[in-house]
Amino acid sequence: MAKSSSWVPHIEAFVDSSRSSSQQNESLEALASLLRNDVLTIELLVREMEMYLTTTDNVIRSRGILLLGELLARLMVKPLENVTVHSLIGFFTDRLADWQALRGALIGCLALLRRKSSVGMVSGSDARLVGQSYLQNLQVQSLAQHDRMLCFELLECLLDRYSDAVAALGDDLVYGICEAIDGEKDPRCLMLTFHLVEVLAWLFPEPSGPLASFAGDIFEILGCYFPIHFTHQQGDDFDIKRDDLSRALMLAFSSSPLFEPFAIPLLLEKLSSSLPLAKVDSFRYLSHCVLKYGVDRMGKHAKAIWSSLKDAIFTFSLQGNIFSLASDLPDTMGFEENDITKEALICLEKVILQNDGIFLSLIVDDEDVEMILRSVTISNSYNSLSVESKQKLLAFGRIIVVSAKISSSSCDRIFHFLFPRLMDILGLSSSSLSLECIPYGSPVSFGQLNFGAIYLCTELLAACRDLIVGSEDIAPQSVLMQVSWCCLLQRFSGPLTTFLSSSLVTSMKQENCDANIYSGVKGLRTLATFPGWFLPISKSIFENILTVFMSILTAGCEETLLWKLSLKALVQIGTFTEKFHDSERATSYMNIVVGKIVSSISLDDSSMPYSLKLDAIAEIGGSGMHFMLKVIQGLEEAISANFFEASSKGNLKSVEVLIPLLECFSKKVLPWFHKTSLFEDIVFHFVINIWNQMEANTTFNIGIKANELLDVTMMVMRQAVADCSEKNQGLIVQKAYNILSSSASFSLKEPMPLSIPLKTEGLQLTQNLQDFSCRDEWLISLFASVIMALRPQTCLPDVRVVLELFMSVVLKGHVPAAQALGSIINKLPATIDSVEVSRACTLEEAMVIISKMNLWSVNGNSSFRKCNVICKSVENLTDLDISANNNAMVQTNVLVGLAWIGKGLLMRGHEKVKDITMTLLRCLLSTINTELLPIQHGLSGNDSGQDMHPLVMKSAADAFHILMSDSEICLNKRFHATVRPLYKQHFFSIMMPILLSSITGSDSSITRSFLYRAFGHVISNTPLVAVITECKKLIPVLLDSLAVSSVDILDKDLTYSLLLVISGIIMDENGREAVTENAHIIINCLVGLLSYPHMMLVRETAIQCLVAMSGLPHVRIYPMRTQVLRAISKALDDPKRVVRQEAVRCRQAWASMASRSLYF
Amino acid sequence: MVSGLINANPVVYERKERRVRTAPFSADEYAVEPIDQQEIFDHIRDIKDPEHPYSLEELKVVTEDAIEVDDKHSHVRVTFTPTVEHCSMATVIGLCLRVKLMRSLPSRYKVDIRIAPGTHATEAAVNKQLNDKERVAAALENPNLLDMVDECLAPTYA
Repeated sequence: MAKSSSWVPHIEAFVDSSRSSSQQNESLEALASLLRNDVLTIELLVREMEMYLTTTDNVIRSRGILLLGELLARLMVKPLENVTVHSLIGFFTDRLADWQALRGALIGCLALLRRKSSVGMVSGSDARLVGQSYLQNLQVQSLAQHDRMLCFELLECLLDRYSDAVAALGDDLVYGICEAIDGEKDPRCLMLTFHLVEVLAWLFPEPSGPLASFAGDIFEILGCYFPIHFTHQQGDDFDIKRDDLSRALMLAFSSSPLFEPFAIPLLLEKLSSSLPLAKVDSFRYLSHCVLKYGVDRMGKHAKAIWSSLKDAIFTFSLQGNIFSLASDLPDTMGFEENDITKEALICLEKVILQNDGIFLSLIVDDEDVEMILRSVTISNSYNSLSVESKQKLLAFGRIIVVSAKISSSSCDRIFHFLFPRLMDILGLSSSSLSLECIPYGSPVSFGQLNFGAIYLCTELLAACRDLIVGSEDIAPQSVLMQVSWCCLLQRFSGPLTTFLSSSLVTSMKQENCDANIYSGVKGLRTLATFPGWFLPISKSIFENILTVFMSILTAGCEETLLWKLSLKALVQIGTFTEKFHDSERATSYMNIVVGKIVSSISLDDSSMPYSLKLDAIAEIGGSGMHFMLKVIQGLEEAISANFFEASSKGNLKSVEVLIPLLECFSKKVLPWFHKTSLFEDIVFHFVINIWNQMEANTTFNIGIKANELLDVTMMVMRQAVADCSEKNQGLIVQKAYNILSSSASFSLKEPMPLSIPLKTEGLQLTQNLQDFSCRDEWLISLFASVIMALRPQTCLPDVRVVLELFMSVVLKGHVPAAQALGSIINKLPATIDSVEVSRACTLEEAMVIISKMNLWSVNGNSSFRKCNVICKSVENLTDLDISANNNAMVQTNVLVGLAWIGKGLLMRGHEKVKDITMTLLRCLLSTINTELLPIQHGLSGNDSGQDMHPLVMKSAADAFHILMSDSEICLNKRFHATVRPLYKQHFFSIMMPILLSSITGSDSSITRSFLYRAFGHVISNTPLVAVITECKKLIPVLLDSLAVSSVDILDKDLTYSLLLVISGIIMDENGREAVTENAHIIINCLVGLLSYPHMMLVRETAIQCLVAMSGLPHVRIYPMRTQVLRAISKALDDPKRVVRQEAVRCRQAWASMASRSLYF
Repeated sequence: MVSGLINANPVVYERKERRVRTAPFSADEYAVEPIDQQEIFDHIRDIKDPEHPYSLEELKVVTEDAIEVDDKHSHVRVTFTPTVEHCSMATVIGLCLRVKLMRSLPSRYKVDIRIAPGTHATEAAVNKQLNDKERVAAALENPNLLDMVDECLAPTYA
């Protein structure tokens, strides 16, 4: 036990009101930790504190009691003996009478009452004593806010944890609580009081108990809070929102049926308030209370509730145009409901759910409903309805939907009430038999086309369908079968279908209101999507509906609303059939819809545009697996037929058909398979099929548009191969390789001894692509596409031969071959398993092949020699010298090849990429040594001869773009590339120092301009985070590089991406310092770009950057103000509107930093 | 300044929906988009009324139809309608319009601000005042007035 001298000062410190509150807190914590660690016992402490607890000095006594209370609140989990707890609670109970020292007593009581039984809790009888003392002594409403809150917490704790003990207090308790909560205004306390009432109701549920006698009083207290009016802004100290309060009050309202006589009249009264919030809240409370109060109590209010609901739904349902066509094909005839209607409809659902008998008869027998029904069906077309009628129509539709959806019996009732009448209006009931034999397409007289009736009818049908679909698993089918509305529907389904279809067919021929189309399509769609086991809709009707939609679809020569809706309806029907495994209907769908549309691919007589047709096909195929298979089959047939036509006969028309076909295949069909990742075989066969055609077809000749077709085919090939498994990929590669090697122009032989340079072949093959026959170009391109899309694990046949082949083709400027080379290098395994595959090859070996082949070996007398000598020792790869001959075309091609190989290496994080970049750099720096080159600006190098070199240098600089940028075509995730994390950052951090020092080191302006270009490519493709950490060094170079690139119109994309880097730095918090330092040159550069004529985005971004710059410290930027304002005032006259708008903002930002008298 | 509001309870109208211009993205980079009615209206619609927290658009002081632009001849004329006939704020509103347009339009433009005929008691005098360069310049020398104008223009830069 610690000496008393060590802890008594803490007590004194706490009790002494002259100490600062932090000191007091410290001593409190110190004492608490002593107690917690058993250095001190409660008994000892209390004995020592005796004087403080009993003195007649109010201040000291209250501090003393508070200390004890606070200590206990900190020891909630420390076990205490029951005796101790008993005597402590006895003490605090007494102290509740001591109003000067109340705070401590409340805290003490709360702390003790909240203890768990495992650590010693207050006994029931003690708790009751606390309650008694509370009721006798406390005048809650006369206390300050914090004390009131403690009081409510104490009550809550008693009711929650000692309900049995305090329940014995009976009337006194209820009365005491009434008194305590009466007139409370603080939101934090209100949350507690509402909860108190809720708990109270749970405590005394009996209808003759204590609560019953006070229910009126309590409700009087509660009722005046409704509806909650709470204006505190958010972000207040206490985290209570209006919704929380409203919810708590709602729970209190609905806590006991005893409140019903008071609550319901109040809510109904508030419903007639003009405050929208009151209405929303009333409905919300009502829906909640209805369930809690029970059927018996609510019955008598039914009429009043219905009339309020009716008012709200019909009055507020919505303003404005319902069939807003702006939104793209709304699922339902979607309209925005306001909150009042929404809550009212929820409430309607709840009351009907509780007591459908009463409410449904109220609806059915209501004279207003009758009148509305008459008024909305009085005129025929949608447009001739008044705005109010339209509103009423929609509201009425909503009521029908809500009430019919609730249960089978309610559906029955509503259906019987409405359906026959609607049929009467539409003129279907009398002539039902004769109508059935009317053929489709016969015009319906517009006298019968009553929009109101059609709308209500479709809504009703949709509700019934939803009910059935939703209840499928709940209700046994046989029960549903006997529901009488089904028979009714069954009787009318035929005529109704005929009617709706002919209305649609009519609307196709003449101008018609969109609303009619919506309703018509929706009606038919609903009819077709009644589940098959549910009999009303016979097979023939289902097929008729499909036929109607199909006739609309095939007749459509442009994308009208009707066309789009019909397509969507067909897709929905398809999805539905697939989902419910309805084999009979699936067959009908397959025959009528899928079969027909697929067969229409090959027919070109249809008036439908081809692209539209393909869209429709892909959409319909997407609705189900079987349908998709059929669609694929059709597409494949069409593709292969057209491919044959195009390739062997050079049929131009087939080429034109083939391009959209292949595009559709790659954009719609393949992604669908990719998503489901099933049916890989189909994709595999598709690919093999193309290769078979290539093989069979030796007189391959495609005239114009061949390139476009080749591009699309390559795209499809890549995507399709990428989706295949390793095994299938292996088969495809083997097949392609065989076809390729059987072609005469590619001499694919075993690799020759590595020591002999292969250059002879490289040079023998003439140097441009035109010498390829059409077939050879296709073969090699498609083969390259296959290679690009392979998975890393797929093994390649004869890697060495393939490498050589590609390299020789690269020389001729064949880019796909370069990409394929990059992909091979990227995916080759670093090591091979012991099971030696004879023709497999590791990465190392491949690199050796590439370098040893010396395709581009030295025989020129150019400056590369010198560099070569210097670098020779580094790595044999550097022998890849590119002065093979002086033909700049070849050199450029080589550089492209190198760039792609480098990209493959870079992405897998292989260090050999360094050698390739060194070669590129040497190209860039070469002019240093060749003084003989005439230095010219504006070097597009059109004329051959002397300035060939700049062209090569340019492509060396652009090689960095290939290295760093993300490619859509290959070497990405979709095509299974090996990607090392952060490879860009890594490359950036290696390259930057080299590039920077080369830039400063070079003294030729041409060389420097190309170095800037390379720098620009690297930096604009590096993630911004990496750039920003280095930005102090980089900003000046970046600006120079921007200046260089903005000279040539061809470099506008580079200019823009560099500007984006600058703007990224300016916007970033970490770049701020460097930007401030370089503010002057940055602003100069941006001002220069304000008049960049070639790209609006550049000007716009430059102005935005200037706006951001205006936020820098004024000392730095003020000197530039006049200059900026002058430039901006020119931008105000920019040809583009967006730029002008930004200029206005920018001008304001810069002008307002000082007196405006200069420029207003 | 004025004690009590000139028009204590103005009618507030609904804002027009901001029309989003559908810029054809493939459009020619060098095509010129001339300054038109809507662009001018976008500049001035958000100017705040000097005595109410509403924009000139909401009070229907300015409408799109009341703007005439001739981009070729660099001329724009804005006709505005004060909410009440004797509104002494008309000059301030006019001044705001002028300053805003001066700051937003290229310097080649001549801006003409007028009160709609028959909507103000001292129409001629106000028109004269608003289109007198020197008087406008003098007005902007007045710091109180300038502050007021700036306050009204603030929402347009948001």
